[in-house]
Amino acid sequence: MNNDLIHVCLADDDADDRLFFTEAFDSIKIKTAITVVNDGVELMDFLNNDENSKPHILFLDLNMPRKSGMECLSEIKQDSRFNNIAVAIYSTSASDRDIEDAFVKGANVYIRKPNDFEELKRILNEVIALNWQYHTSGLNRENFVLSI
Amino acid sequence: MKVYVKFDINALCRKILQEQLDASGINYRIIAFGEIEILDKLSAEKQRKLEEHLGEYGIQIVENQKNILVQKIKDAIVEMVNQEENQPSLKSSVYLAEKLNHSYNYISNLFSEVTYSSIESFIILQKIERAKQLILMNELTFTEISYKLNYCNVAHFSTQFKNTTGITPSAFQRIIKKRRELQVQEQMQNN
Repeated sequence: MNNDLIHVCLADDDADDRLFFTEAFDSIKIKTAITVVNDGVELMDFLNNDENSKPHILFLDLNMPRKSGMECLSEIKQDSRFNNIAVAIYSTSASDRDIEDAFVKGANVYIRKPNDFEELKRILNEVIALNWQYHTSGLNRENFVLSI
Repeated sequence: MKVYVKFDINALCRKILQEQLDASGINYRIIAFGEIEILDKLSAEKQRKLEEHLGEYGIQIVENQKNILVQKIKDAIVEMVNQEENQPSLKSSVYLAEKLNHSYNYISNLFSEVTYSSIESFIILQKIERAKQLILMNELTFTEISYKLNYCNVAHFSTQFKNTTGITPSAFQRIIKKRRELQVQEQMQNN
């Protein structure tokens, strides 16, 4: 893994949150290449363009205008071109029911977004390292469920 | 109708390797899980073709020495966790050091350096993944699963499951069941 770059895609409509995440990605040990999109519509345009290489993992804000994180999740799960992309949903607040619902609809990871930068770094590091294990250790991605 | 299948990873990989190597006309000997000796010289073209065919099954040829040892560590852990009966009663650190013929300190540091996670957390991950398979087979109770995977009791198993995945074993079972129902519904709508 030491030489491999993890391709991450981040979809968030809030500029501050985008900065919060991209800075956290830049400061973790694992090297990532990030594609940032500003909302769900842009995300689906990016994914549907076969000229773009598919990300290993997608970080999706739950609340976005035009197309929400859950709507994107449903579209992604119904298209076999996206079978190998892990989906991490995040939001500031979530009930157990929201979280379970996102998993049922096919999300792999649910992140309760912290306010603390160090905490975000720890979470992103854990999510990406774990996703990489699923990617490289022959684990069954359908059973990849993490609530953090 | 729905059927659930279970499989022997070791037998499955061995069979695929044999078929692919035979089809490529290569002389070989399977030494151990994940280790093959190629008995004649492999041309670059043949190797490329072999890598391509194996790639379709998610099998990769591992290149550098560190990665080879890390792969051996992973294989040993997978084998250890997936043993049907008689999970090794030795401590896993002793088991791995003996099996791989290196000090545990050495393999542990190397593993962390290459994978960014510790051997301990990889073992836990593999055990929890095995637990998930067993849960989805619906044949064993959580108590039976916890004994099968060497947990001292079901509470310890549930706690480690929750710490690793963020959800309880029963929530996991419920989520996957609902997810499968949803997939069936969507397929019916699309047809």
